[in-house]
Amino acid sequence: MRFTKDHEWVELVGDTATIGITAYAAEQLGDVVFVELPEAGKAVHAGEPLAVVESVKAASDVIAPVSGEVTAANAELGDTPQTVNDQPEGLGWFVKIKVADPAEVEALMDRAAYEAFLATL
Amino acid sequence: MEPDSDVTPSDHPGEALKFTVLTGAHRALAAKMTPFAGYDMPVQYPAGILKEHLWTRAHAGVFDVSHMGPAFLELSERSGDPEADHRAIAALIEPLVCGDIRGLKPGQLRYTLLLNAAGGMVDDLMVGRPAEPERQGGLYVVVNADTKEGDFALIAAGAGSKARLERADDGALIAVQGPQAEAVVEALAPGAADLGFMTFAALAFEGERLVVSRSGYTGEDGFEILGPASVAERLWTRLLADPRAAPVGLGARDSLRLEAGLPLYGHDADETTSPVEVALAFAISKRRLKARDFPGAARIAGELDGTLSRVRVGLKVLEGAPAREGAPIVSPSGESLGVVTSGGFSPSLSAPIAMGYVPPAFAAPGTALTVQVRGRSQRAEVAELPFVPHRYVRKPKPA
Repeated sequence: MRFTKDHEWVELVGDTATIGITAYAAEQLGDVVFVELPEAGKAVHAGEPLAVVESVKAASDVIAPVSGEVTAANAELGDTPQTVNDQPEGLGWFVKIKVADPAEVEALMDRAAYEAFLATL
Repeated sequence: MEPDSDVTPSDHPGEALKFTVLTGAHRALAAKMTPFAGYDMPVQYPAGILKEHLWTRAHAGVFDVSHMGPAFLELSERSGDPEADHRAIAALIEPLVCGDIRGLKPGQLRYTLLLNAAGGMVDDLMVGRPAEPERQGGLYVVVNADTKEGDFALIAAGAGSKARLERADDGALIAVQGPQAEAVVEALAPGAADLGFMTFAALAFEGERLVVSRSGYTGEDGFEILGPASVAERLWTRLLADPRAAPVGLGARDSLRLEAGLPLYGHDADETTSPVEVALAFAISKRRLKARDFPGAARIAGELDGTLSRVRVGLKVLEGAPAREGAPIVSPSGESLGVVTSGGFSPSLSAPIAMGYVPPAFAAPGTALTVQVRGRSQRAEVAELPFVPHRYVRKPKPA
């Protein structure tokens, strides 16, 4: 699993990246009440808004950590957005993306680097 | 993840952050703190906004609202005749507000509005007449945090040399709200349970004098307790020692007042909005409307007679994301009607709700509208306010 400074995680299997928000991000957001996800087929570009996650008090953009094409969105989050709080780095995943360049994933932080980054916040 | 909206609309740039007498207590409870109205305030505690909100509806939420502006307006020279002294102090504040202050009974508290010459709202506030005969000629005033400096200046200027405004915002103002608030507060300040909605009294706590009102901003029964800094932490700690009580931050305070249909000054009301537009016509005194003796009375009388162009309504968002402040409100035929002024997710209803302005022709409950969220149209309908019924505890009016 790889991580971004925007607190997204990326798990690459073959050329498909599963993307979600980190446990730290979920804790910071508080209770998630709504998740807006892109549809399959949408082209996404690293650094651009990919999804929106809403807590009781605020809406936050989820930034695409890598470029590619959306192949699936987690429909479960429509009915149970709190899964993002319960299992942020598991069942609370947001989208799957067919990545354009797997090297983009490798360039992100590993868990040790992300945890070191969190310690600076 | 990048936050693009927040419960804190503004802090005060260029000013040092201020602290309430309870800031240390919030930090000890591991609250998430944020600047609000120039103060370092708790948005939420570890339980989170959703749980804090639902706890308040079911039990008793305890809120630090010491950033607000409590004060006492005191007649400089009292005649000793309680009724005459009350009339004299009421006559100093009535020119600024649209409420009946003269007609307050001893111990009664009234929600009223400070208005500008154009009939726009400068703020909303509470004005109370003390119960004690020896305190007649005084008024208890509580204004909003973000507007308190301007409000206090306005009230002091209105009083001139005839009265002095004594600020009381250096102590604690603690709200206890919810169906178990009465039991929690009565245990610490006996006598609280005898108060009816919108009355207040001085009650003793550990030998100090508290000013306790039966009022609040959640739609629930509850109390707002003003105490000196010397007892602030003790009062807070002892309230929270009650198993029916839990600390609640500004995040849930906002979602609770939204469900209760209560406007938030600076968002749902501002200097351009009249009391009629904000749907607060109940706060306009009939005697004073007849006399037209408050600022902007002509405009307000005209609006009550049907010249209204916009009015605050509740909106149920029937699909999609919560519609937050600034979201456009559009008619089914695509006509732009107004904007959402407060909105979010209702923990009690598990659905998005909002308030905003529309022309009166679109204001009837059930009217179909759309709201636009991030460029997408979502179905909505005008809803009766409040979204969640008020549960105020009314008692026979004080004699």
